[in-house]
Amino acid sequence: MIPFLILLLAAGPAAPLDTSVPALAPPPAPPGAVRAFDTPNDAGKSITLRWSAADTLAQAWLVERVEPATGPKVIATNKPGETSYLDEEVKDRVRYTYRIAALAGADTVWSGPTPEVSSSPQFFNANRINILIAMVIFFALIIYYIETAKKGKKLFVRRIAGLDAVEEAVGRATEMGKPIIYVPGLGSVADIATIASLNILGEVAKKVAQYDSALLVPNRDPIVYTVAREMVKEAYTKAGRPDAFRADSVFFITSEQFAYAAAVDGLMAREKPATNFFLGTFWAESLILAETGASTGAIQIAGTDSVFQLPFFITACDYTLIGEELYAASAYLSREPLLLGSLKGQDYGKIVIIAVAVIGSALLLLSKMPALSFFGHIVGFFNTN
Amino acid sequence: MKRTIPLVICLIFGIVMMVQFFIPHPVSVALYNLSNDWVRNVSAFALVLGVGSLVMYHIEKMRRRRQGWYYSIVALVAAAVTTVVGLGWGVKQGSPLQNIIFSNLMVPLNASMFAILAFYMASAAYRAFRARTKESALLLIAAFIVMLGMVPIGNTIWHKLPEVAEWVLSVPNMAAKRAILFGVALGAIATSLKIILGIERGWLGGSKS
Repeated sequence: MIPFLILLLAAGPAAPLDTSVPALAPPPAPPGAVRAFDTPNDAGKSITLRWSAADTLAQAWLVERVEPATGPKVIATNKPGETSYLDEEVKDRVRYTYRIAALAGADTVWSGPTPEVSSSPQFFNANRINILIAMVIFFALIIYYIETAKKGKKLFVRRIAGLDAVEEAVGRATEMGKPIIYVPGLGSVADIATIASLNILGEVAKKVAQYDSALLVPNRDPIVYTVAREMVKEAYTKAGRPDAFRADSVFFITSEQFAYAAAVDGLMAREKPATNFFLGTFWAESLILAETGASTGAIQIAGTDSVFQLPFFITACDYTLIGEELYAASAYLSREPLLLGSLKGQDYGKIVIIAVAVIGSALLLLSKMPALSFFGHIVGFFNTN
Repeated sequence: MKRTIPLVICLIFGIVMMVQFFIPHPVSVALYNLSNDWVRNVSAFALVLGVGSLVMYHIEKMRRRRQGWYYSIVALVAAAVTTVVGLGWGVKQGSPLQNIIFSNLMVPLNASMFAILAFYMASAAYRAFRARTKESALLLIAAFIVMLGMVPIGNTIWHKLPEVAEWVLSVPNMAAKRAILFGVALGAIATSLKIILGIERGWLGGSKS
């Protein structure tokens, strides 16, 4: 009996029978604040949807569009963190409603339908109003200084060594009896740098005609070739030397980047020019051209607006027009008051930009302080879209 | 008149395209696309003039027996063969133009030209890094730090060197780049405005009408 009692005590009280069933995960809450609206500042055919997650249970979101003609249709499945959707498969002026569902396991919990919404194109992109304001200020500055120049006010323009050297470079070619090679870049005529280069070509060609030197203009773009040809021809006529213009001095080579570089390299190696101009848009071939030119002993004047190619030109050329100097060259060489006036406008435009950058930086720093967070809205105005 | 018409066209289209930038309406987008299509069409016609120039230039060079005239034969034969193959067998994937001329000739030749860049970089770097002036000495030091910071041995020499190299690139270098870009952007806008208003007429072959 005693051993039996000991065993009974050792066993302790009997474990209660587990009668509970496994707990089911609660269903997710329906998405809140579901909004559907016509996407602003666009060309139409687009509706933006936004909603908020009421809890963290949703494993995905379903987006349903209800079209009057075809009825409801699930159009997208978003990941849990993606609480917006851009529906770009809608027709303008057709009224749609939307529903969003939170999906978790087997549970799908739908929000209520949004009010009816339709898309339509806009006539003004309000996101670009900051660009419009900047453009108006800048245009006003340029036009004001052009008008000032028209009245005969003398405007100071700082010396640009590379442009001062143009005269010397053309003179050198005459003395040596060797040609000048002018490369108007590899860009198309749609590139502003190419247009700036063509403007300089006109001035250089005029000087070449006056000094009776030879000019060679190899081109990569067929349109640039036709414009360059006309410009050189016109420059010779203006210099009073139409007879000196040689039709084959401006020629098209190829549209292939490296084939063009190889052809110009060959031209420099054969002709041993006295001066090389590399002005316009350049890519990876810039150093290939400039180094070959340097090896032939030519004076080299380069200029581009590409910040990646500038170091190569600065290294391999005697003079380099950095960025905006390329655009200023035409005014600088021609000394026309109207063009010089626009340079002055550019300078004041830069002052405005510097002022905006300094004030913007200060406001950005101040907006990090909780009490001054409203400055963030002002800084946001300067963001481009 | 010869100049007035291009100037008026330039003014109208310049203003229209400027206004178009601020209007997202489909009509405005269609106008933009139409203008781009026109640019492409004009380019196609200009290419004919370009090819004409190429042929005339090389024929003249051969006729006058200028230095290296025999290369002109190669250029003209290559242009003729490419044209014949392109017109005869098409330009699609798998055509002789694609398989032989493009893949087996153009691509390796382009790659060879691009590869030459490495040697030119070495010779340019040699010239740039001769510390003859204070500026070039500064350039040499900056380049030395950046190059060393970008390779594993830099990290071995001093573990902070990659960070210093990154700082040189992202702070002083970026500041200079942005300063240049501001100037470029303003210069581009000013040049565009001058062309639109007809103040800059160099592209018409002269500055005075």
